[in-house]
Amino acid sequence: MTKYSALLFISGLVFLLMVITGLLPMGHTPMLVGNAILEGAKDQVGAANVVTSVVLGYRGLDTLGELSILFAAASVVGLVLTKSSFNKHASNNDDKHDHHDSGFVAVNAIDLIFPLLLVVGMYIITHGHLTPGGGFQGGVVLAVAFSMLVIVRPRRVSINHGMVSIIESFAGVSFIVIGVVALFKGQSFLQPLLGHGEFASLWSAGTLPLLYLAVGLKVGAELAGLLLALNTDEVAS
Amino acid sequence: MNSFFTIEGILYFGAISLSIIGLFGLLVSKNLFRMLLSLVLFEAGANLVLVLSGFIRNGIAPIFLDGNSGAVMNDPVPQALVLTAIVIGVGVQALALSLIFRVKKHYGSMDMRTIRSKLEREIATQAGVTPPGSNEAPAPVKLVKGEAHE
Amino acid sequence: MIWVVAVVVFIMLAAALAVLFLPNMIAAVVASAVVSLSLTVIFAIVKAPDVAMTEAAIGAGLSSLILAIGLKRLGYWKTDSIDKVKAGERHD
Repeated sequence: MTKYSALLFISGLVFLLMVITGLLPMGHTPMLVGNAILEGAKDQVGAANVVTSVVLGYRGLDTLGELSILFAAASVVGLVLTKSSFNKHASNNDDKHDHHDSGFVAVNAIDLIFPLLLVVGMYIITHGHLTPGGGFQGGVVLAVAFSMLVIVRPRRVSINHGMVSIIESFAGVSFIVIGVVALFKGQSFLQPLLGHGEFASLWSAGTLPLLYLAVGLKVGAELAGLLLALNTDEVAS
Repeated sequence: MNSFFTIEGILYFGAISLSIIGLFGLLVSKNLFRMLLSLVLFEAGANLVLVLSGFIRNGIAPIFLDGNSGAVMNDPVPQALVLTAIVIGVGVQALALSLIFRVKKHYGSMDMRTIRSKLEREIATQAGVTPPGSNEAPAPVKLVKGEAHE
Repeated sequence: MIWVVAVVVFIMLAAALAVLFLPNMIAAVVASAVVSLSLTVIFAIVKAPDVAMTEAAIGAGLSSLILAIGLKRLGYWKTDSIDKVKAGERHD
């Protein structure tokens, strides 16, 4: 019965969405904001990648809110999972025996690939204002690199949770501080400072590379902590 | 809709179908983990619709290169929004997974029907009333078996 | 170009249906990774390289990793024998 009512609801929704899609002007955008940004971004921000100037320049406050949402999600995951393992006193003692190193192929592959992943992640973060990529993508690559190292060989490698949270708080605070410095210079919050530099070189677009570095470190530390919390939790199955 | 068989038409069709498939799975699936997978699909379809709203035919990517000063560029604003939406999505996914861990640990099952009946029994015992419908009644058991064979 | 788009959309929708109807959970997670990879190709086709990189790193990499950890923790990390698949048994 639930299935049939769900089907009815879904078919009505399909009809509605198809009608809306038929009304859309396909192939050209209805918004004017995008055109204004595309015309002014080269002079106002100075980044070659326009998406970066939208993410950190025109909508920097949005990115700050996104980071805080991610922080809230990571803290709630930590809260939910540590509370469940807190009830089991014996879980900490058996922790070492449950985890085995992975097989030969995984261990050697992660040893081979780990420095490469670090270089790729830092490259993506630091070139975010010139080429596709940026703090989010590079941060994810860094997080996956570190947490794969821990997941593959849990006995040999362990990551200090205090260090992770220090990196995360440092990155978050530096993001806000860079934004507030612009306020003291008499400009609006998160406005790019330090001049534009030479267009399309590595040191250009003012404070945008620094902001993306902070975003990358914060996203990487948060996602690595989240993955480790999901992995090391003791759940009775 | 002048002609459906264009690049935009096919892509809008794919995006809406992806969201619909995700919503359908979210409504009809009985397993919590499969509901999580359906949520991922739904979110991916919504992201695709957002990106397509900034798509211009014969446009180029919104990056200034050497020889493209006069070309038409795609709208960068939906792309920036989707960029952050994907990252938030993975946070939501991990949060849902941790809640599923807790539910599995507390109720010992992933089936929505089992969890619901156990939850009702728990609430009834805590409130001090008899549970609605006896637990060993034949009718709900039959219903469960009949639905499982569908 | 339009046929490339049609084939990629077809693969994406088929994988999305497979997520809902495959009996084995490991196969369902792999199918959701296939959906993310097709989405990456589509984002690259509609000239959104930033979103394509994000989807490749997060949708196909990190999301699959998180779901695989979930599979392991929830006890779904097992392959079905052939007779069970033929009998059409599901985990849910």
